Amino acid sequence: MSDESSGMHLTLEIWRQDDADDRGRMETYHLDDVSPDMSFLEMLDVLNEQLISGGREPVAFDHDCREGICGACSLVIDGKAHGADAETTVCQLHMRRFKDGDTIHVEPWRANAFPVVRDLVVDRSAFDRIIARGGYVSVGTGSAPDANAIPVPKDRAESSFEAAACIGCGACVAACPNASAMLFVAAKIAHLSHLPQGAPERDRRVLAMVDQMDREGFGNCTNHFECGAACPKGIEVETIARMNREFLSAALRER
Amino acid sequence: MIQASPRLDSKCPTGPIAERWDKHRFDLKLVNPANKRKFDIIVVGTGLAGASAAASLAELGYDVKAFCIQDSPRRAHSIAAQGGINAAKNYPNDGDSVYRLFYDTVKGGDFRARESNVHRLAEVSNSIIDQCVAQGVPFARDYGGLLDNRSFGGAQVSRTFYARGQTGQQLLLGAYGALMRQVGSGKVQMFPRREMLDVVVVDGVARGIVVKNLVTGEYERHAAHAVLLCTGGYGNAFYLSTNAKACNVTAAWRAHKRGAFFANPCFTQIHPTCIPVAGDHQSKLTLMSESLRNDGRVWVPRKDGDRRPASEIPESERDYYLERRYPSFGNLVPRDVASRAAKERCDAGYGVGASGQAVFLDFLDAIERDGEDAIRAKYGNLFQMYEKITDENPYRTPMRIYPAVHYTMGGLWVDYNLESTIPGLFVLGEANFSDHGANRLGASALMQGLADGYFVAPYTVGGHLAGRALPEVDTENPAFREAELACRERTDRLLAVNGRRTADSIHRDLGLAMWNHCGMARNESGLKTALERIRELRVEFWENVRVPGDGEHLNQALEHAGRVADFLEFAELLAADALDRSESCGGHFREESQTEEGEALRDDKNFCHVSAWEWNGLDEPSTLHQEPLDFEHVKLTQRSYK
Ligand SMILES: Cc1cc2nc3c(=O)[nH]c(=O)nc-3n(C[C@H](O)[C@H](O)[C@H](O)COP(=O)(O)OP(=O)(O)OC[C@H]3O[C@@H](n4cnc5c(N)ncnc54)[C@H](O)[C@@H]3O)c2cc1C
Ligand code: FES
Repeated sequence: MSDESSGMHLTLEIWRQDDADDRGRMETYHLDDVSPDMSFLEMLDVLNEQLISGGREPVAFDHDCREGICGACSLVIDGKAHGADAETTVCQLHMRRFKDGDTIHVEPWRANAFPVVRDLVVDRSAFDRIIARGGYVSVGTGSAPDANAIPVPKDRAESSFEAAACIGCGACVAACPNASAMLFVAAKIAHLSHLPQGAPERDRRVLAMVDQMDREGFGNCTNHFECGAACPKGIEVETIARMNREFLSAALRER
Repeated sequence: MIQASPRLDSKCPTGPIAERWDKHRFDLKLVNPANKRKFDIIVVGTGLAGASAAASLAELGYDVKAFCIQDSPRRAHSIAAQGGINAAKNYPNDGDSVYRLFYDTVKGGDFRARESNVHRLAEVSNSIIDQCVAQGVPFARDYGGLLDNRSFGGAQVSRTFYARGQTGQQLLLGAYGALMRQVGSGKVQMFPRREMLDVVVVDGVARGIVVKNLVTGEYERHAAHAVLLCTGGYGNAFYLSTNAKACNVTAAWRAHKRGAFFANPCFTQIHPTCIPVAGDHQSKLTLMSESLRNDGRVWVPRKDGDRRPASEIPESERDYYLERRYPSFGNLVPRDVASRAAKERCDAGYGVGASGQAVFLDFLDAIERDGEDAIRAKYGNLFQMYEKITDENPYRTPMRIYPAVHYTMGGLWVDYNLESTIPGLFVLGEANFSDHGANRLGASALMQGLADGYFVAPYTVGGHLAGRALPEVDTENPAFREAELACRERTDRLLAVNGRRTADSIHRDLGLAMWNHCGMARNESGLKTALERIRELRVEFWENVRVPGDGEHLNQALEHAGRVADFLEFAELLAADALDRSESCGGHFREESQTEEGEALRDDKNFCHVSAWEWNGLDEPSTLHQEPLDFEHVKLTQRSYK
C-alpha cells in the first residue's frame, strides 16, 4: 500500500461528447494524490467522484468486470488502444506505469462502424450483428451427442481456445489505420474451424460473416498488423491469413 | 418450531427421487407446436441463465425479447467465471454418479436446499456438457483428445470441466452464439443497454416489464405471456465483491416489491481466495479461482506477527492450517470452511502482507513437482492477472489471498418450476435461491445457470403457457401506465435531491457496514448495529445524494444511484434475515451457534426451512414465510471435512 502523500499529480486530457450528434472536444482535468496501486479505471473513478461532488457530469466510459475478460472497457490512452502495455486491457492497467507530472490523453475507440454514444462510450453492436450471421455452431438444445463422442486432438483444441479467447472489445478495430474488423472476425472463424463441430456450415459461416463485416462499414486489411499488437488477448495476426484461406476456398466452392 | 406457510407450495413431485423430474415433465401440459409462435416471452438478463433460456425458448418457436444492461449480451457477468463447471460424467472413472453429485451438493449446501431440485440439477448436468461441446466450447482435453477434469472444493472426485481459467467466458460465448443465431433468424429481439425497472402484474399474473433505455433515457413498456428474470446475484450489496460493477439487485428487488417473495437473503458466499484489498481507492476485488487450491497450498507463519518474506520462512515455521485442521479434504475444503479458517488465522495475528489481512497460497511445491510449464498451462491467465494487479510474480513468491464476497445463494423464491410467488414470473440462475442451500460448491453456479436455461425453464414455462388462461394484454393497460409512472417519479426524485454526497460514497459506507457486521461472522448485536446503520444510510441517501445531469442521456451516475437506492432497501432485509436465523449453516455463521472446535453448528429443529420474505412496504417489517425442508435421501448430519 502506498502512502497517500506520495501520490502522483496528473493532467488528463479527456474526450467529452454529449451524444452522437455532438461534435465533441478534449477537456483538461487535474488530479492529485493518484496512488500507483490504482488501476486506470479507479483513477477515472476518483476524477468522476470529484466531478460529481462539484455538480458536474462524470466522464462516461464502458467497464464492468474490471479484470480483463468482459471486453467492455475501451479507451485509447496516449494514442494506443488499451494503453501501452502488451496483452492488457485498460481495466488491468495500473497507475504504476505512469509517473508524477504526466499528461495523459484519453479518447474513445475511433471507427465509422463504432459511433460514439457519449464521451468515451461507443456503440459496438456491429460486432453482434456479425456474430448473428454465423458465429456459432447450429445445434439446438437437446440434440447433442455425448461430449466424448467427438474426440478433438489436444493441439487443435488448444489452437481453438487461443482464438476463442477474444473478448470482443474492438481494440483491433481502434488500432487499425483502416478500422478493419478482420482480427475479430478471423478469431471467431478460427475458433470454430479448428474444431470438427460445425464443419458442415463452415463455408456458409465465413461467407456470411465477411459479408456482414463489409456491410457494417469496417475498413479493409492492408497488413499494418496494428490489431495484433493491440489485442489484449494476444490473438495472432496469422489468424487473418487463416480466415482468408477459409474465405477463398469457400468462395471457390460456392461458384 | 417450523410452520409451513400455505403461500409456499414447492410443487415438488413425489415418488422415487430419480424419477421425479421425468414424472413432472410428463405431467406438465404441452403447448401445441403451432401455437408456440402466439406466445411472447420476455427474458431479462443474458448471462448463462438468460442466454441459454432465450435461445432454447426461441428454438421451440416462441417469440422472445431479451434484455441486458451491457452494450452486448456477451458481456454479462457470467463471462468472468474462471474455474469450471461440474457434471456427473464420471469420465475419470473415479466413482462419480448423478447420485454422488446430488449428495455432495446437498451436503455442501449444509442441508438448506430442496432434495428434488438438487437431484434434477445433477441429472441434467451431463446434458449440459454435451450441449456445450457440440456448440464448440473448447474445454481442456487430454492427449487422447478426450475431455479433461479437475477437482474442486467439497468433492473427492474430479468432475469439473474447464477451459483454462476462462470457463465462464467459453460457456457464455457458446450460449451467446446460440442466442445470436436466434437473433439472426428473427425469433429473438435483442435489447441491449436497457435496465429493467419494474415487473407489470395484470390480474395477478406477470405480463410485462418497464425498462429504461440507458442511451436515450426513454422508458419502454413490453408486454408478454411470461417473464423470466435471469438477472444474477446481489453480492455488490457489500460494495467490494468479485462481481462485475453492474451486478445489482434492482430487477429482483422491484419484482419483490410487486409480490415475489425473497428467499434466504442472508445466504451469501465469501470466497476464500481473492486478491486482498490494496487501498481506499479499491473499486472491486478479483477472484483467484478455487481451482488453484488443487495445486496451491495455503499457509501462514507459525509465529504471530512474522512479517518476513515467504522465502525466508523455513518449512518448519509454516502452518499449513487447512491440511492441519482438515486432513481428509486439506486445501479442498468447501469455501465457507476455508474462508472462516483464513479469518481465524488473521484475527489471531498470523496474517501476512502489509495489512495482515492475507494468507499465502503457495505453488512452489507444485512447480517443483510438475514444472512451471505445467502450472502455466493450467493457470496461466490467473497468474498473469495476479501479477498485473499486485506487481508480484506468483511463480516465484506465494500469492497473498483473502476472502471476499463472491456469490449469493439467496434470491427470489421459486417453486420446482422456477416460478416465483407471482404467477408467470420465472427466476433463473443466480437470481433465484433454489439449489445451493446455505453454501454453493465451486463450479456449480455455471451448472445451475445452464441447467435452468437449457433444460428446465423450456419445459416449465410451457406448462404455464398451456395451463393458464392468458387474455391479451397490451402496453396501454393501466398496470403498465402505473408502473411506468412509478419509475419516472423515482428517477425524478433521485435527480431532485441535489445534495452533497455521491452515490458511490454512500455505497461504500453500506458495504463497510455489511462486511463488518454481516460478513464472515455474524452475531446478534452486530446485526442490530447493521440494521440501524443501513437505515441511517438510506435516510442520508435520500436527503443528501447528488446525481448530476438529466434522465434524457446516457447517465451512468443516475444508473448507479438507482441501484444503490435498491441495495439500501434490500440490505435491511438481508440483515433482518441473518438476525432471524440464529443458527449457523454454510456461509451463514452466527457466532452464538458453533461447535467447540469453532465449526458451524446447525439447528435443524428450528431452522430446517427456507425463509421467504414478503414485502409489506418501506419501514414496515416484512412477513416471514417458512417452507420446511425434508431430507429423505441425504441424512441430516453435521457436516465434517476432517
Ligand atoms: C469472478 C467470478 C468467478 C466465478 N467462477 C465460477 C466458476 O468457475 N464456476 C461456477 O460455477 N461459478 C462461478 N462463478 C459464479 C457464476 O459466474 C455466476 O453465479 C453465474 O455466472 C451467474 O449467471 P447468471 O446468468 O445467473 O447471471 P449473470 O451472468 O450475472 O447475468 C446477469 C444478466 O442480467 C442482466 N441484468 C441484471 N440486472 C438487470 C436489470 N435490472 N435490467 C436488465 N438486465 C439486467 C445483466 O445485464 C446480465 O445480462 C463465478 C463468479 C465470479 C464473480
Ligand atoms: S472492464 Fe471487463 S475487460 Fe475491462
